[in-house]
Amino acid sequence: MKDTSMTKNIKISANNIDVYYGDKHAIKDVSVQIEDKTVTAFIGPSGCGKSTFLRCINRMNDTIDIARVTGHIAIDGEDIYDPRVDPVQLRAKVGMVFQKPNPFPKSIYDNVAYGPKIHGLSRNKAELDEIVEKSLRRGALWEEVKDRLHEPGTGLSGGQQQRLCIARAVATEPEVLLMDEPCSALDPIATAQVEELIDELRQSFSVVIVTHSMQQAARVSQKTAFFHLGNMVEYDETDKIFTNPEDPRTESYISGRIG
Amino acid sequence: MSLTLPLLFIAALSVGGFFIARSRAQSAAGGDIRKLASLPRQHGLNTALSTAIPALFAILAWLFAARLLSYRETAPIWVPLAIIVIATLGFILSVMRVSVTFRARTAAEGWIRSLLIGASVIAILTTVGIVFSMLFESINFFSQYRWQDFFFSTNWSPNFRGNSDLGILPLLWGTLYISVIALIFAVPIGLFAAVYLSEYASRRTRSVFKPLIEILAGIPTIVYGLFALVTVGPFLRDYLAQPTGFGDSASSVMTAGLVMGIMLIPFVSSLSDDIINAVPQSLRDGSLGLGSTHSETIRQVVLPAALPGIVGAILLAASRAIGETMIVVLGAGAAARLDLNPFEAMTTVTVKIVSQLTGDTDFASPETLVAFALGLTLFVITLALNVLALYIVRRYREQYE
Repeated sequence: MKDTSMTKNIKISANNIDVYYGDKHAIKDVSVQIEDKTVTAFIGPSGCGKSTFLRCINRMNDTIDIARVTGHIAIDGEDIYDPRVDPVQLRAKVGMVFQKPNPFPKSIYDNVAYGPKIHGLSRNKAELDEIVEKSLRRGALWEEVKDRLHEPGTGLSGGQQQRLCIARAVATEPEVLLMDEPCSALDPIATAQVEELIDELRQSFSVVIVTHSMQQAARVSQKTAFFHLGNMVEYDETDKIFTNPEDPRTESYISGRIG
Repeated sequence: MSLTLPLLFIAALSVGGFFIARSRAQSAAGGDIRKLASLPRQHGLNTALSTAIPALFAILAWLFAARLLSYRETAPIWVPLAIIVIATLGFILSVMRVSVTFRARTAAEGWIRSLLIGASVIAILTTVGIVFSMLFESINFFSQYRWQDFFFSTNWSPNFRGNSDLGILPLLWGTLYISVIALIFAVPIGLFAAVYLSEYASRRTRSVFKPLIEILAGIPTIVYGLFALVTVGPFLRDYLAQPTGFGDSASSVMTAGLVMGIMLIPFVSSLSDDIINAVPQSLRDGSLGLGSTHSETIRQVVLPAALPGIVGAILLAASRAIGETMIVVLGAGAAARLDLNPFEAMTTVTVKIVSQLTGDTDFASPETLVAFALGLTLFVITLALNVLALYIVRRYREQYE
């Protein structure tokens, strides 16, 4: 590990992770230490396993029948694949934002209030209102929707929907926020808004973002991991990956020769 | 002269026209097919359709006119002749038009479109025809019987010597009572089965369970009726109605409602299953990703998203229940009665339509004509339910497209 990582806390520690989809070996012996209050980007060509690996961190792969995960992932030192760990509670701690904005067919308010209601984070309506407002503010959406909180979330524009999904994930007070290509369905303006938001969220969470766009990884992240064909090829400071990568495959990818 | 001969003539000329026009097009091209504006087979198709379609429409028009004019004998000789002339004209004109520049594809597509329009017009006209035939007989009925008595009298006692009480209320009551009981059985069972099949069952279990449930939909209703008569009716009487003092009738609203409920289970479960499956996986992922359990996800995200579609499915099942006859005849009996006791025999509108029209009847007395008024009332009720169901289902579709 680099010097900087020694000074920061390791939030997520993944060791020797293998993932199989049926017979397909999707992730091959990946180990990575993710720091707290940092944006970590996973980059790599399509099908390299970066999203699969992301979904290991909140055990979303459990919902796919044929997926099998081996290895150890610990958050704050606790093994999340321990049989005593309830994946449902884990996912409350590890929020996720998906590739396509997926607001529930409910009002904007109910979308954000969904998680807090399920986890009983508020004792009364006033507290819930407060959580919803705070989350929408952190999602940089409050000013745009404060007058129409009870209109359906599906009526918002694509960029607003994605920020609503981020606000929804933030509302459950997670410790880690996983983002699976959060900007791939958005236009450049909405992308810029979401990226700005990611940078702010770094104050409170450890953010892991999967992205197709190397420019995006360079803009938002402090650490970058490069995945290729199910292997993690290189993991280092973002600046170093983009200016002086050690592995020739990384260099080919960032200079546009492969992928 | 019958119309068989012209029909054969049209078929022969049409098939022959296809090959003639095709070879004419080929020779017009002079070996280089790319000179043609349309392919040879499109010229052939155009000729075949130009020959057949106007002649077939002419036959339909004659049949319709003959019916309107109450012309009951076979068609006079000029009719088949005229049809043959129309077919021949279509044949000659289209064969003459075969040339290098003629766009036969456009013309043939025009004919095909007229065929499609014709098919949908026939479907609509049939519906209109059914409604009108009911409407005329109903008007006939109301000229002999006061509509206030029909709609608001609580007494149904037809008497073929005249002077009957023909109030629809006991029949409507029976219909609604039985349908509601059927839905009370069918909706929870069907819905829970659908939730299990679409959300919990493995692919393999689903592939076994779904067809098994759908077998229920393939059973003829008369077989359900026998089941009600022989098994469910006596069972309910011996173990529920008699011990609790509700009565000792084997035919009862409960029997018919229960069996009809079983009949409706596959409707509700199959439609709801499709609708629940149409809820995007991304919504489930979103909910699970926020740390909600599988059942919270189903209750708070999947079912609300699918609700309009499920309501549509239930309303479709309801209109099935309202129109059902055989199960009621065998399960609930034929006695018109306004009663709250679910273990009492009652009957429905459809059963009474059948009984008013069976036997030696003339179509002039209010006792038989009432059947049409009953049918029309029922039609209006189920139509309203279907329109409501379609409206709700459509609103649901707009949400995800």
